[in-house]
Amino acid sequence: MNLVTVSGPPSSGKTSVILKTIEAIKKRGLSVGVVKFDCLYTDDDKLYEKAGVPVRKGLSGALCPDHYFASNIEEVVKWGNKKNLDLLITESAGLCNRCSPYLKGIQSICVIDNLSGINTPKKIGPMLKTADIIVITKGDIVSQAEREVFGSKVNSVNPQAVTIHVNGLTGQGAFEFSTLLYDEDENIETVNNRQLKFPMPSALCSYCLGETRIGEEYQMGNVRKMELSDKNG
Amino acid sequence: MVKIKELESIKIKNLEKQYPFILSFFQDNKLDVEEYEEYTLKEYLNHFTEEEIEEWAIDVEKIKLDLESYINQMIEFLGLEKDTVDSISIIAGKDKHGNKENFEELTINKSEIVSIVGPTGAGKSRLLADIEWAANKDTPTERVILVNGKIPDKSLRFSTSNKLVAQLSQNMNFIMDLTVREFLELHAKSRMIDNEEEVIKKIIEAANELAGEKFDLDTQVTGLSGGQSRALMIADTAILSTSPIVLIDEIENAGIDRKRALNLLVNEEKIVLMATHDPSLTLMADKRIVIKNGGIHKVIDTGAEEKGILKELEKMDDIINTMRANLRKGEVLKNK
Repeated sequence: MNLVTVSGPPSSGKTSVILKTIEAIKKRGLSVGVVKFDCLYTDDDKLYEKAGVPVRKGLSGALCPDHYFASNIEEVVKWGNKKNLDLLITESAGLCNRCSPYLKGIQSICVIDNLSGINTPKKIGPMLKTADIIVITKGDIVSQAEREVFGSKVNSVNPQAVTIHVNGLTGQGAFEFSTLLYDEDENIETVNNRQLKFPMPSALCSYCLGETRIGEEYQMGNVRKMELSDKNG
Repeated sequence: MVKIKELESIKIKNLEKQYPFILSFFQDNKLDVEEYEEYTLKEYLNHFTEEEIEEWAIDVEKIKLDLESYINQMIEFLGLEKDTVDSISIIAGKDKHGNKENFEELTINKSEIVSIVGPTGAGKSRLLADIEWAANKDTPTERVILVNGKIPDKSLRFSTSNKLVAQLSQNMNFIMDLTVREFLELHAKSRMIDNEEEVIKKIIEAANELAGEKFDLDTQVTGLSGGQSRALMIADTAILSTSPIVLIDEIENAGIDRKRALNLLVNEEKIVLMATHDPSLTLMADKRIVIKNGGIHKVIDTGAEEKGILKELEKMDDIINTMRANLRKGEVLKNK
């Protein structure tokens, strides 16, 4: 089985891109399944079901979704193998722009949309910077100039990645993208002992543990203060 | 090819001199080099504390590899004597039902306009994707796309700076909240051209020739009317975009001189493909492609008779445009 991890900011078009891409992959006679990770709510599993794609969803609830991903991915891989999939796609929304669920040696894809603004590539950390393939969406509704500028910004933060434009509505580019996804010679039976491409932020302050009160006396653990004073005294 | 090992021993200030574009790499990757001009790249990259590395998600080894790729890409991009695209050819594949398309080979030269007609969902997107991808029997239609009569290099598919096709469509909007000047500067910078001022002037002049209502460089792009936005997008694409092929998805007949818009693209030596349902636009093209069932059903030359009909259509368009303008001025329309 091949494993591909897709992530990207909420509403960037991940599900549309994956659905259009699966159409193309299925035509090659390959079986594809999806596991969707989200935080509080998702209906995307229904979209996959409707398209006849085996799907599981996991809601992280009170946990950070990417941490949740890391503690579930091995079971997810087992599920995919049990289903005899040729290709398992995991989809997860990056929420704080700092985490990324990518594993070393596993193809990682970041979906990002033209509408998010030209400074977005700069704001997104490892999720964009360590991706192997960057899919840019929503090119049909912004000007050619903005597409070109956005593309060049993406390229300057991750020059080693392959960048590809996909229209999630018409599917333009999805076939081309699909050709990059499956490698016959690869077989992932387990991801045990693999490593995350990038460590997640260190956390654990009192608020991680459920504290709701504001005030210095309630702040424990990993706490840091903003610099608010004027620099010149 | 530049190797990172060689770069590491060079001082930041010298790197900036040698590769001016490195500044945007530093900026976009939030690497503040301002006070480190005297450091070598290696010293600079090693100066981050453990905390900073965790805090700002810095991966020094990755930065090194990225920088190496970036510099090499840029050198290639800038130094490249761009092979101009004089023509593209589409070699027939098959339609959705597997039937061979009804033509053998269609070559479109620069400065030529070809319109694409057919019902929605008939396969326009696929045709365009085939061209953009430079298909070589490896897409569902099994078409082959030639550039200058030859199968182009595969690297074209993933190049961010050398895309074959630029697109203009009715649904496109400006989303950046910038003035026209700032907007054009940004685009010009991303292309790293030398004569920025000159090019910007040329674009605004061209845009104003197309737009029904004039606007200037200090107008916000988000405040432009539909016609003005379209005019600016077309002028910008014609003059500043590197892509040799321009695909237009319908131009509405309001607030913009469509004939001039096409002339501008033709004068800038673009290959123009235009998907449209509008009879005047369709006939303005030299040829049209009829799409049916996912394949090219016919290729029709616009003959003398149709060119005559186009003249009639243009008269009608004129009448409607004059009426529109007069109504906006507050006039009352009269029978002649």
